[in-house]
Amino acid sequence: MVRGGAWRRRLSTAGFYALAGVFMLPTVFVFYWMLTLSLKPQIEATAYPPSFVRFTVTLAGYREVFTKYPFFLYTWNSLVVATGCTLLGLAVGLPAAYSIARWRQQRLAVVILVARIIPGIAYLIPWYIFFRSLRMVDTYGALILTHLIVGLPIIIWVMISFFEDVPADLEDAALIDGCSHLGVFWRVALPLVKPGVVATAILSFVFSWNNFLFSVILAGRQTRTLPIAVYNMISYEEINWGTLAAAATLITLPVLLVALLAQRHIVTGLTFGAVKQ
Amino acid sequence: MSLGRRAHRHAAWLFPAPAVLLVAAIIVYPIVYTGWMSLQEWFASSLTRPRFIGLANYGKIVLGDARFREAVARTVYFTIVAVAAETLLGVAMALLFNREFWGRGLLRTLAILPMVATPTAIALVFVMMYHPTLGVANYLVTTVGLSPFRWTYSSDTALYALALVDVWQWTPLIMLIALAGLASLPREPYEAAHLDGASARQAFWHITLPLLRPTLVVAILFRAIDALKTFDIIFVMTQGGPANATETINLLLFNQAFSYFNMGYAASMAVALFALVMGSSLILIKVRRSTAW
Repeated sequence: MVRGGAWRRRLSTAGFYALAGVFMLPTVFVFYWMLTLSLKPQIEATAYPPSFVRFTVTLAGYREVFTKYPFFLYTWNSLVVATGCTLLGLAVGLPAAYSIARWRQQRLAVVILVARIIPGIAYLIPWYIFFRSLRMVDTYGALILTHLIVGLPIIIWVMISFFEDVPADLEDAALIDGCSHLGVFWRVALPLVKPGVVATAILSFVFSWNNFLFSVILAGRQTRTLPIAVYNMISYEEINWGTLAAAATLITLPVLLVALLAQRHIVTGLTFGAVKQ
Repeated sequence: MSLGRRAHRHAAWLFPAPAVLLVAAIIVYPIVYTGWMSLQEWFASSLTRPRFIGLANYGKIVLGDARFREAVARTVYFTIVAVAAETLLGVAMALLFNREFWGRGLLRTLAILPMVATPTAIALVFVMMYHPTLGVANYLVTTVGLSPFRWTYSSDTALYALALVDVWQWTPLIMLIALAGLASLPREPYEAAHLDGASARQAFWHITLPLLRPTLVVAILFRAIDALKTFDIIFVMTQGGPANATETINLLLFNQAFSYFNMGYAASMAVALFALVMGSSLILIKVRRSTAW
């Protein structure tokens, strides 16, 4: 009886891991395929049947990305825009989130939620007309402001739930001791929600880095970000698959690594605090 | 009264003031402006001034433009196919993974990767995988004994091929949300059901699913909102083709606005898309509130 149970348990453990492997295989495979394609020479990248494990490793694709295209400029542009959007979003969003949590300003919270629901393209048409008339197309300013539409709502909504967890007694005690509201926010509340600030900063950075819709219209030759650069690469028919895959890997890898630092909060951010992990 | 004191008294509106101003400028104003544009004949490229035409654009998209109607149906269909597949798969995976096991942390890490990966890059990888003669997708499909597909290269399969990318990217979100929901379920109903001799299947249908429903509705709500707005992968992989087979509202209106510069007309489509997204959200919220399963 006991032995039978142990057997069954071992078998079901094996079955569980087999099933788990089947479910997670597609996730792993796409990344694996992107990485291996980026390391293959052109002949092997387009060989049929494809080779899964044994292939010649070359960095030619990566070399080509940097020599044939101004990839450093694109990376710099992506960094500037995502960092600018995140810093501005934090500067404006943290006090707002604090105030919504502390003084229960639900109406502002609802506006932010609606902003998350509205299709991005509905903003893009007027933005395009404004920026064109202001001659601001192809400037960092235009990109940072529009990326805030994606970043700011996440920062505010995730931080509301963090600020709500700060004990009100603590803040009231500081107020009675003569601390100003700004002082309470800066010296009492903010240090307590530091993990949340890090997580939302990362989320905002990642979503700005990934943004395609706003940049494809508002970026130009000088400010083109990585997703747009990669999209433009596809339109050349003769391009190597290895080069394309290398570009895809170079864009994705940084956000994957950065996002892992905030992995506990990503689902919270994506569901606007509706689900806490 | 000193400036500091005054600031102290008004802190409740001074704190959010910068965010309110910014939101008004970058979110509220453009939306109002889009609504205003939708009432005009407005070509961004021509020298003629915008002309107020009332609801004529809306009349045209609802009654006159067959292409728009098809795009609406396609958008809704794409969303239903993708979100249904994600929900079924995601819940199945959550039920499987809802236990203590070695590698739980690794599972969550893996689940998060597709959601944060740059959609443009992922679309690019799928473009290469979907290649009808050189792609690995057809190799895998024929290895398991199916005949090869033309994926995004045929108008019969293109929409499904795109939905598959969406499923690949977002099933983990539903799984993680469902896992969080399962973890918060109370134990008592299961103990009571066990005492009453209920089978595991009965417990699932009569306890787990009803208790999980609010969580699932949240998951479906967020997925549906974003699936209706899908743009990046479609634009990169098919541009709405072949033969308009993947032309969703977003794609159609993007081309109206930025290829034909027909801004007023595109704005009316944007308002219609917003109404569709908002309407779906309200329906789902209502479903969540009603108590009957």
